[in-house]
Amino acid sequence: MTHEAVNTTVQPVAESAPVVPQKPRKHAELRMTDALRRLLSNMGAPLVSFAIFLFAWSQIAEHVKVNFGSIPGPLAVWHQGVILWDEHWAERAKEAEFYKDLAKHRAEFLATHPGQTFPDIKYSGPPTYLDQICTSLETVFTGFLIGSLIAVPAGILCGLSRTIHNAFNPFIQIFKPVSPLAWLPIVMILVSALYNPPHPWFEKAFLSSAITVAMCSLWPTLINTALGVASIDKDYLNVARVLKLGWWKKTWRIVLPSALPYIFTGLRLSLGVGWMVLIAAEMLAQNPGLGKFVWDMFQNGSSDTLAQIMVAVFTIGIIGFALDRLMLLLQRLVSYDGGKI
Amino acid sequence: MSDYVELFNLTKTYPTPKGAAVIVQDFNLRIKKGEFVALIGHSGCGKSTVLSMLAGLNDISGGGIILAGKELSDAGPDRGVVFQSPCLLPWMTAFENVLLGVNQVFFTASKTERRQIAEYYLTVVGLGDAMHKRPPELSQGMKQRVGIARAFALSPKMLLLDEPFGMLDTLTRIELQQVLLDVWQRTKLTALMVTHDVDEAIFLADRVVMMTNGPAAGVGDTLPISFPRPRNRAALLENTEYYRCREYLITFLEERAHRKTSLAKAA
Repeated sequence: MTHEAVNTTVQPVAESAPVVPQKPRKHAELRMTDALRRLLSNMGAPLVSFAIFLFAWSQIAEHVKVNFGSIPGPLAVWHQGVILWDEHWAERAKEAEFYKDLAKHRAEFLATHPGQTFPDIKYSGPPTYLDQICTSLETVFTGFLIGSLIAVPAGILCGLSRTIHNAFNPFIQIFKPVSPLAWLPIVMILVSALYNPPHPWFEKAFLSSAITVAMCSLWPTLINTALGVASIDKDYLNVARVLKLGWWKKTWRIVLPSALPYIFTGLRLSLGVGWMVLIAAEMLAQNPGLGKFVWDMFQNGSSDTLAQIMVAVFTIGIIGFALDRLMLLLQRLVSYDGGKI
Repeated sequence: MSDYVELFNLTKTYPTPKGAAVIVQDFNLRIKKGEFVALIGHSGCGKSTVLSMLAGLNDISGGGIILAGKELSDAGPDRGVVFQSPCLLPWMTAFENVLLGVNQVFFTASKTERRQIAEYYLTVVGLGDAMHKRPPELSQGMKQRVGIARAFALSPKMLLLDEPFGMLDTLTRIELQQVLLDVWQRTKLTALMVTHDVDEAIFLADRVVMMTNGPAAGVGDTLPISFPRPRNRAALLENTEYYRCREYLITFLEERAHRKTSLAKAA
């Protein structure tokens, strides 16, 4: 494009190419072994460690007895996972059957009783494992959304003004370490007292869990946003001053994009905390998600209990991991530094 | 022509536990409209401080600055600043970086007109093909071209250049001096440039103002540079007058820049 780019790149290649003709092949070989080594390290090492983990688990499982038999090994847990998966599709098939029958009945009824209305009936089977996962995801995202909507603007204000930061800081420091188990009863009491609309959009248990998630997960976002905004490059602010950008424009076009990598680091941490908090909140609030599943299975006390709970543990772990990757992906899409932090 | 910019008794002090530290004291300078003035001095003598006070980015401790009949009190887009580091916003393309300022100044113009202004100045500085790249994809020289385009695109009353080529290699610096001179030739904006490069000062400026060393730095001497414009570097290098100017400036920096402090000590 410019002269400086052309001048510096063309010459060295022309000089070095005829002198060492065999060098490229050596490079290629080196690169091959290098790539192989990296592949082994990237793929092989986790596979080996996972195999060791499974082996150790199955060995320990055989030898540890609890009051309803032995601890389930990896195979038993896998089996239980398959059962839960099958149950879901069996339940869906039942549901489809039910609605098919219902449609038939409705057609017959309307044919024989013209002018009358057929009652609106919903299928009321128990929520399956996959349904519970979906409920959990909805709850955590609702809570995370509420938390972020509070945390990001509050963080920006804290970062922009030392005074506001000083005013907020005691609350941040005091409320940050509070466990979800302490928030939940307060939230539940408040929700049941204040949330009584005639046609509720949300279940109370859902709302309580989501708000608890919000209360516990907003802190990393708030702190990181404040840090990101406070540590904005002075040069960027000088640009804003020279151009006399208004407060909104400055915040929106300069402060926010500059702090975005920090904000996303905060959001990632927040979503992780939210997901962890959610399970506890659902257990207590009886929100029909994974937490309630674990609690119900524990209360059942059948021989499958431990296997089912372990399925839940793995599910929770894998989803948590997926959520983190999702946030990282989002961060790479929107922040200018491509998610380096 | 009357004085367009006037810096009178400009003073900058910083409070320290041992009393006020005087960086710049009684700095007086008048610049005519369309004049290109270079301010040279040793590193840390306070020349950048003078410029940033003029830009409104640094508070004035004493004296004042008048630009086009008004006393300055704050930063504003009527002064286009080219910073030493290009200060481009990395999340915007080169074009958007320029457009941000254009939108701010020409808010009454239509969207198409504003885009045309930004495109025009980016093309003039030689970035017609790269204007939609983001700063991380640009070389240091290209970034500074954007910085120049951004300052000129504001159509400011005055141009302020704070060692704009200080971070570039020699070849790129020579290239960008030419770019700057070409753009300046079209607009004839009143300009003040801070530099410690004597050749750069002679090549670009109508007048070189030499600053004494700090603390309490001020104007030591001025040297008018009367080469005709548009200037050509090759022709200039063959001119004996060029070397006379160069010698004069270097002598000042080597010997006389300290005069004020030695006088103060004697008194």
